[in-house]
Amino acid sequence: MNSKIKKFNNKKYLTIFIIISAVGINSLISLLMGYWSYSWLPIQASEAANYVDNLFAFETTIGTFIFLGCTGTMAWILIFNRAPKYDESNGQPLEGNVKLEVIWTIIPLILVLAIATYATKVNYKLENLGSKTKYNFGQEAPFVEEKKPFDFGPIDVISRQWNWEFIYPNGIHSSELHLPINKRTNFRLITDDVIHSFYIPAFRLKQDIIPGSVITYSLTPTRKGVFRLRDAMFSGAYFSQNQTNVIVESEDIFNKWINETVKKELQNGLNPAGRLYDKRLKNGNRGWATVEPAPAPKVQDVGLEDRPHDG
Amino acid sequence: MTIINYDQRLVKSKNPYPKGPNDWKRFFSFNTDAKVIGIQYIVTALFFLLLGGLLGMLVRGELITPPSDLFDPTVYNGLYTMHGTVMLFLFLFPMLSGLTNLLVPPMIGAPDMAFPKLNALAFWLVPVFSIILLLSFFVPGGPASSGWWSYPPISIQNPLGKMINGEMLWITAISLSGISSIMGAVNFVTTIIRMRAPGMGFFKMPIFIWTVLAAQLLQLLGLPALTGGAIMLFFDLTFGTSFFRIEGGGDPVLFQHFFWFYSHPAVYVMVLPVFGIFSELFPVYARKPLFGYKFVAVASFGITILSLVVWVHHMFYTGTPMWMRNLFMFTTMLIAVPTGVKVFAWIATLWGGNLRLSTPMLFCLGGLFNFIFGGITGVMLATVPVDIHVGNTYFVVAHFHYIIFNTIAFGIFAGIYHWFPKFTGRMFYEGLGKVHFALTFVGATLNWLPLHWAGLLGMPRRVASYDPEFAIWNVIASIGAFILGVASIPFILNMVSSWVRGKSAPPNPWKAIGLEWLLPSPPPHENFEDDIPTVLNEPYCYGLDKPFVQDEQFYIEKSFKKH
Repeated sequence: MNSKIKKFNNKKYLTIFIIISAVGINSLISLLMGYWSYSWLPIQASEAANYVDNLFAFETTIGTFIFLGCTGTMAWILIFNRAPKYDESNGQPLEGNVKLEVIWTIIPLILVLAIATYATKVNYKLENLGSKTKYNFGQEAPFVEEKKPFDFGPIDVISRQWNWEFIYPNGIHSSELHLPINKRTNFRLITDDVIHSFYIPAFRLKQDIIPGSVITYSLTPTRKGVFRLRDAMFSGAYFSQNQTNVIVESEDIFNKWINETVKKELQNGLNPAGRLYDKRLKNGNRGWATVEPAPAPKVQDVGLEDRPHDG
Repeated sequence: MTIINYDQRLVKSKNPYPKGPNDWKRFFSFNTDAKVIGIQYIVTALFFLLLGGLLGMLVRGELITPPSDLFDPTVYNGLYTMHGTVMLFLFLFPMLSGLTNLLVPPMIGAPDMAFPKLNALAFWLVPVFSIILLLSFFVPGGPASSGWWSYPPISIQNPLGKMINGEMLWITAISLSGISSIMGAVNFVTTIIRMRAPGMGFFKMPIFIWTVLAAQLLQLLGLPALTGGAIMLFFDLTFGTSFFRIEGGGDPVLFQHFFWFYSHPAVYVMVLPVFGIFSELFPVYARKPLFGYKFVAVASFGITILSLVVWVHHMFYTGTPMWMRNLFMFTTMLIAVPTGVKVFAWIATLWGGNLRLSTPMLFCLGGLFNFIFGGITGVMLATVPVDIHVGNTYFVVAHFHYIIFNTIAFGIFAGIYHWFPKFTGRMFYEGLGKVHFALTFVGATLNWLPLHWAGLLGMPRRVASYDPEFAIWNVIASIGAFILGVASIPFILNMVSSWVRGKSAPPNPWKAIGLEWLLPSPPPHENFEDDIPTVLNEPYCYGLDKPFVQDEQFYIEKSFKKH
């Protein structure tokens, strides 16, 4: 009798030991994954990046814990609960357990509500998106003033099939986007044709640009360097060429750039799509139909197409 | 007064069964037998899986190197658009309609669908719109090339200015597909509600039937929005109206609402029946009752209702105001709860079971493994700040392929193998099945796991060329895609050779519980004919000593008699 109780206790302790060590190992791996997750993302170059990466790391940690918890259990079952050959008997006939069902409804509910609350806080902290003002197509885009505070701007961002143009408050036209570091800069996002998206991975920010609307948008770059600006909303034939560079500079260098560029003559800016389209025409215009690319923008700073970038 | 002696069914049945199961010609006729229609759907869908896979491999071939060097970028855009369209509208929807047609009547003890002619009509629209869609490869200017979303204004730019163009044929095909699906949905819902065997109350239905009902109700609620949106887009493109054209005061973002109001639930239309397949198969191959049957059943409707109020999460960066983004983030997050209930129920079903790792079970386990991963990246995408960074990048592409191929297609393969003996009367080759599983799992993982990192680093989706820093992830992905192409060989070999000369299948080779397993393999034209069983319990009472139907022995003996 005694030995039976002892045996039972031993089995119970073994179960508790296995569960505790499994949860321990899982927690450790999950925390490590959360820590590593920062390295899966581009360099952090804006105020938003840190918040987004922290949220992503938090989700990676929780996600890894759940993923390993579920798949680890599956692996355990696969190792220990396989039927021997020719064994066609049934398993333990468990029909369900209401308590367990309620627990695994409430825990995920609390988890997702917690994640969503955290994300809402980040949203209110960043508040990149300003207003969206409609105007009649064909007319000049109206001048929409940002009501929230900002340090520099507004810079007009004009997207086309398939090139970018940036117009500064003092009238400079540029093919690349120069920004002063640590200044909250305001943009007015405008498109001449279809929907484009203003996406700078190193800033962790993306905003669609809608035809017939002026969208105001603000962000703060926090790191000097060259970063890629990519069109992220499919915009037709040469969509993947619709990229340019964002150059974040110290205030002195930025001001110097402003003062020197304003004196320069207007000339054709970056327009890789136009070059590819000309090549296509020269080769007999083969391929499927496309609209003609917009002409190169007239800019003072032509920029550099394959400038080495940091992110 | 002789009319009274007519058997009603002789009058009803335009295509009686006498030609026997080996008559292949019935598959090429306007046959109203749900089982024939089911196989018509499935075979058509598998053909388009090959075509869609070929297009996918061409896309991956272009993306194996950073510059756009294999095709002109316009051709690349057409190829990826058609890849997505073929896979969704020509493979997945017809495939699931096929499985639903095959399984629903036998599983609920009905002789056929409620509206057999409507059923046949819904199927025959598939070849019609498929041909229209494929013809668009040959019209001047090439096929539609604005992605499967077909967002205006890019979709209505019509560069050549011709009335018949790829985009116009695309919209026509998609609208017909929507009409076909609505016909199917009316049929499935009516059949499930009105034609169940005696004793089969809602809480004695198989989970597959629950999920089909939940999915088809979603079709009825959501599809009118997409079909309406598609018709408006057609008018804008062809007749110059301005529903979405800003020149006439329209709004392009409106289309996005119409589109996603249906197309987000569409994912659940596809995944719910696959959840049903998981719920059917895990108990059979673990030899255990389904854990928490009622919770799993009700969770399907939780998903249906929530999925109707989450569509704006596809539009977090289109200028959607903050309050609306936060609201839709919360609703989207809530979907994780009923889905979690299902995942935990499956794992609890496996726990303490007596697992048989046959081909269908391997596909189910692989599908569940991938679904847990895809679900977690889904929660990440639901949070606004993360979505603003990774939305419209390869992270999204990787996430939805984890759901749509690595979960849904895995479940479909599991279902095909599991019910193959029932409906063909032949056993498949287990060895070839396992080779198919191994190649599919390795290929799919290599293809889509690395792309998550490409997306996190900021590689936009739908690009024909990319910056060299993304090359490594794309090379691995392309190798995975080609392995997936190879994986189709053992599958086709298995299906064709097993059907032609496989071992003859007994009525219930897996010792499963379910009305369909009380029928001969293959089942006769009208399933149970005049002896419809009375259902006593839900079909998951493995090891519980609860009878499934009245006089079970009678039906088992009957199922062994050749008809």
